[in-house]
Amino acid sequence: MSAAASTAAVDAGAATARRRLPWGGMARLTVRRILTGVPLLLTVTLGVFALAAASPFDPVRGYAGDAALTADQETLDRLAANLGVGEPFAVRWWDWLTAALRGDLGDSTVLRQPVLEVIAERAVWSALLCAVAFAVAVAVGTLLGVLAARRPGGLLDRTVTGTAYTLSAAPVFWLALLAVWFFALRLDVLPAGGLTDSGSSYVSFGDVAEHLVLPAGVLAVSQLPWFVLYVRQGVVDALAEDPVRGARARGLAERTVLVRHALRSGLLPVLTLIGSRVPELITGALLVETVFSWPGIADATVRAATAVDFQLLAALTAFATVAVLLGNLLADLLYGLFDPRVDFRDM
Amino acid sequence: MTCERPETSATGGRPDVLAPLPVAWRSHGPRQRSWRTLRVRTSAVLTAAVVLAVLLVPPLVQLDQQAVDLAAKLRQPSWSHPFGTDDVGRDLLLRCVYGLRVSLFVGVAAALVAAVVGTAVGALAGALGGWVDRVAMRVVDALASVPHLLLGVFVVALFRPGVWPVLLSVAATHWLSTARIVRAEVLSLRGRPFVDAAISGGASRWRIAVRHLVPAVLPQAGLAAVLSVPHAMWHESALSFLGLGLPAHMASLGNLIEGARGSLLAGQWWPTLFPGLFLIVPTLAVAGLAGAWRDRIDPRRRSELML
Repeated sequence: MSAAASTAAVDAGAATARRRLPWGGMARLTVRRILTGVPLLLTVTLGVFALAAASPFDPVRGYAGDAALTADQETLDRLAANLGVGEPFAVRWWDWLTAALRGDLGDSTVLRQPVLEVIAERAVWSALLCAVAFAVAVAVGTLLGVLAARRPGGLLDRTVTGTAYTLSAAPVFWLALLAVWFFALRLDVLPAGGLTDSGSSYVSFGDVAEHLVLPAGVLAVSQLPWFVLYVRQGVVDALAEDPVRGARARGLAERTVLVRHALRSGLLPVLTLIGSRVPELITGALLVETVFSWPGIADATVRAATAVDFQLLAALTAFATVAVLLGNLLADLLYGLFDPRVDFRDM
Repeated sequence: MTCERPETSATGGRPDVLAPLPVAWRSHGPRQRSWRTLRVRTSAVLTAAVVLAVLLVPPLVQLDQQAVDLAAKLRQPSWSHPFGTDDVGRDLLLRCVYGLRVSLFVGVAAALVAAVVGTAVGALAGALGGWVDRVAMRVVDALASVPHLLLGVFVVALFRPGVWPVLLSVAATHWLSTARIVRAEVLSLRGRPFVDAAISGGASRWRIAVRHLVPAVLPQAGLAAVLSVPHAMWHESALSFLGLGLPAHMASLGNLIEGARGSLLAGQWWPTLFPGLFLIVPTLAVAGLAGAWRDRIDPRRRSELML
């Protein structure tokens, strides 16, 4: 009886020990990342202004556009004074920064809107696109990776791995164009671009969902190879480890061994990948949104760049940097959360 | 030289006999080896074909890639035009070869610049340490936290599209990984006995860096440089596709794909398909060769991903 009681006690203790999450460590890591992230962000934005100062870009021309060709010199001078053109870039950076902290990121010249409004309006659609694509890529990637890892070197493994390598070499905008040709033109089952049908005046769920399928699918396919290959590698490695051997020795079913034991430890390295893939996701979104005229942030970036809309570009660069830093933080938090051996102090 | 890395084993000092079989055994059977040989040979043949085509076709083939033939516009692939013709009747095979030439030139040039900068910064940071190391690594961190294509878009937007902005923006984003690899390698080399021996032999810092450290990290740096060529090509073609890349008179593969968007929406697939294939093939070939190279200089990682 005493043996049973002590076993129960140990079990209960193990259960509570497992359930206790490292909140303190996670909070400390977050604070530390913010402390290193702020100077990093300052460096990036300062670099942006330094680059602009070194470039042949003329802010007055950029602000006035074609009107600069016909405006008189006095107006241009006043504009230049207002924009702080004569001042060194560090001063202009400081002005921009203090204004940004008050919530004023300036006005976009190409979209004729405050920059903050542009970002707020479009962030939703970009986030929707990226989230759906990411979820699909993770789900399908995990499935294919496990199937491929089940028999390394087998026919399925070679097919999946080969396709993954080929896909990872294919430019995403090219895939997007071919998808438009095949699904929108050849089969005519999905719309070729935009957020809603051109005739509709309001945004409905079904309409958006229909328009989301192609861009999200292409973005997911472009992110898929990495997940497949890393999950496959993680599971293959895990299958050679002692816990899996132990599970097999206990006579557990192959499916249980694969999913409950190998996949669980094999997925860990992939978790860090999820957060660190944010730059690639932004890059992919940049190209996919352009092909499909998806009204997201990336689409605005390209339009801002083509028209040299400095205010919008600077804000978007800062925004993307924040997203990347958050992704890295998320990756480390998830990793520490799922792997009890990881010490947050080491990160 | 790179195979003396300390083992990081979670089990600590367990006897070797009981250690779990390394996964690498799976890739050592005769069948696997023949697959690997096949892959390396295919990669080598394809790389050679690409290089030969790019170098020899322009001087040897007396055909003008810009020759407009409106009577033969948007022809399907056929024997006279294996890849078909574009919307003003130019032969797409010839256009693709010339486009590949431009893409490859920008890719190799950018990768070279990136390799030199990355090796220099990484070696300096690793060898000098202290505040140089800290500042250099902060710069690397800052650059690494901006998505590369976005940085490229930013640079090209400010400096106006052209060869130099594209080349420099691609190079500026590709030296980071080389710098990190070289720095880590130099740091691990600094504690080695032969470096200590050189120091006690009275060698200067400069001599140690040039004669001992740099030659030891060159294989890794070279590998990183080779692997960044396809990436740089991809980067350039993405910029060109966005209309922020090379000017139309030196059309790269990205320009070709961008220019074909109109005919794609009219239902013609071939002006889009072939330039993309021309991007994929060199990428896979170079990756295959680089993988074989890495197997040679770092046999321990043989079973790992070839990416």
